[in-house]
Amino acid sequence: MAPKKKTNTEDYLRMYRQMVRIRAFEDNANQLYLSAKMPGLTHMYSGQEAVAVGICEALEDSDKITSTHRGHGHCVAKGAEFRQMFCELLGKAEGYCRGKGGSMHIADQSHGNLGANAIVGGSMGIATGAALSAKRLGTKDVAVCFFGDGATAQGLWYEVMNMAALWKLPVIYACENNGYSEYTKTDEIAAGSLTARAEAFGIEAHSVDGQDVLAVNELAQKLVARARKGEGPFFIELQTYRYHGHHVGDINRDYYRSRDEEAEWKTARDPITNFGKWLEAEGIMTADELVAINDEIKADAKAAVEYALDAAYPPSGEVDMHVFAGVDHALSYV
Amino acid sequence: MSREITLSKAVNEAIAEEMRRDPTIFLIGEDVAEAGTPFKVLSGLVEEFGPERIIDTPISEPGFMGLAVGAAMTGSRPIVDLMFGDFLFLVMDQLCNQAAKTHYMSGGKLNVPLVLRTNLGATRRSAAQHSQSLHALVAHIPGLKVALPSSAYEAKGLLKTAIRDDNPVVIFEDKLMYNDKAPVPEEEYLIPFGKAAVRREGRDITLVATSSMVQVALATADLLDRDGISAEVIDPRTIVPLDEETIIASVRKTSRAIVIDEGHQNFGITGEIASRISEKAFYHLDAPVMRMGAMHVPVPFSPALEDLTVPTPEAVAENARLSVRGELFHAA
Repeated sequence: MAPKKKTNTEDYLRMYRQMVRIRAFEDNANQLYLSAKMPGLTHMYSGQEAVAVGICEALEDSDKITSTHRGHGHCVAKGAEFRQMFCELLGKAEGYCRGKGGSMHIADQSHGNLGANAIVGGSMGIATGAALSAKRLGTKDVAVCFFGDGATAQGLWYEVMNMAALWKLPVIYACENNGYSEYTKTDEIAAGSLTARAEAFGIEAHSVDGQDVLAVNELAQKLVARARKGEGPFFIELQTYRYHGHHVGDINRDYYRSRDEEAEWKTARDPITNFGKWLEAEGIMTADELVAINDEIKADAKAAVEYALDAAYPPSGEVDMHVFAGVDHALSYV
Repeated sequence: MSREITLSKAVNEAIAEEMRRDPTIFLIGEDVAEAGTPFKVLSGLVEEFGPERIIDTPISEPGFMGLAVGAAMTGSRPIVDLMFGDFLFLVMDQLCNQAAKTHYMSGGKLNVPLVLRTNLGATRRSAAQHSQSLHALVAHIPGLKVALPSSAYEAKGLLKTAIRDDNPVVIFEDKLMYNDKAPVPEEEYLIPFGKAAVRREGRDITLVATSSMVQVALATADLLDRDGISAEVIDPRTIVPLDEETIIASVRKTSRAIVIDEGHQNFGITGEIASRISEKAFYHLDAPVMRMGAMHVPVPFSPALEDLTVPTPEAVAENARLSVRGELFHAA
């Protein structure tokens, strides 16, 4: 863990809580899938919590993020509530998107989350455009574009990095390198280094341990402040690991990664366990206090799941609503 | 007060007027600033609004389209200039997977108020990658509105409406009409979406024609007039939304219809409109509804071949005569 003075107790506790909340959310989402209570499928963020939390804790509410198919962590970290999130995952009317988006499109515009995206790399233009908007309108907002190592193979990224660098846009490209592009080791499909790709556009690039929430947060705070002053864009490669498969149904994955490798990350490099140990060692929290936080959050998640399971589906009349802004029902319009 | 201006000037005026009214509007695309586009449609705008609002981009269509989507979601109202309609294939993910679906997927919480200006039209001897009329592709995708101006008057009024719309709108200008003049009022006006224009009244047959094909339909009506056949010409002006009511009312009156559009005939706009006529005016029809779109071939370069691929007044008139005389038979 990065050395840190014990003056930010509230910040530390919020970061710990947010990481635990993400893990609890995902554990419940996984159970909903395994028990066939959730329609469709989903992609677990477990293992990568320090990335979303470390970065989002450096952002203001009005700052924008774009998220990915593996997006629950970003959504929680940017301020979303369990109830509306579980409702969205279950396709219920009280979901953030009234059940129209689901896991892969969850968005929470009230906290600046412009949405998860089911096209790998699909939101790179959106985040860069949000930064262009912020610069033009003078809002001082910063945009963070979350994407995985797999998305670095998309051409769109190079087009928008070029424009972001040319126009000094307040955008931070946050690449969560979990080592796998879906079911393939990224080492097998990526030439050269990822940081060098950003540097080729004259973009300042950083690499950080994505399992260390304090290291991530410290870097993010510096870069967000600089981006706000017009010194962007920036690129961060965050070394991290996804505990589950590509999606919840990707159970048998011995053919592309070893169980030993998974066990090593889970036991030695878990971002929550390690941060909890640090909080104890620094005398900020006792083991009992941490357990109490975990239990409280688990209970919250369980209650939210129960609420969402009982919540109503959207009425059938909503199927052609929200196709066009300003048009109540698209079918009587087109 | 009316005066005659070119379609190009009408587009330029629409953008300038809207940009003066609303500082959140900016225009982005390739060679839009000093160059004013290859068609010189945007000349003078960068001098008035500066490079911060008339933004020249690298040749990165998916990139600047994506930027526009994100900007539109966060308080800006971008106008994207896509140099040729053929480049739509390059921006399809950002337009159809992102812009078109964002409002719906967010349950109505996020808006994408952007305009994609591009063009259509063959017979410019530009071959298969600079001549396509691809509006059917985008009209197929829920969440996108599609406008097809047929003159300078429509180009200005529809573009101003598009810029004020809170949804993604794709507007196709006929690149062969940029220098064509038409009466355009000095005073401000808007043309609402989903309101067709009856360009010529008639009794015997309805010609539903879009964009470049409105001129063809009007010329057809002149030819038919000599044969004593009275043709009504309907210009839908927008295909999403489509003013079905005006089209159906016309066909119920004339009992015959030909739908003419410069997109490929197969699986295209002509089929969609013909099908709606058949469904909603079937018992009023005295002849099968005909489709006349571009030939189902890539647009050829050679003028001798290219001219064969687009409906002409002579070809439309010939089909109209067969329809009116009751000589259109099913192939079987």
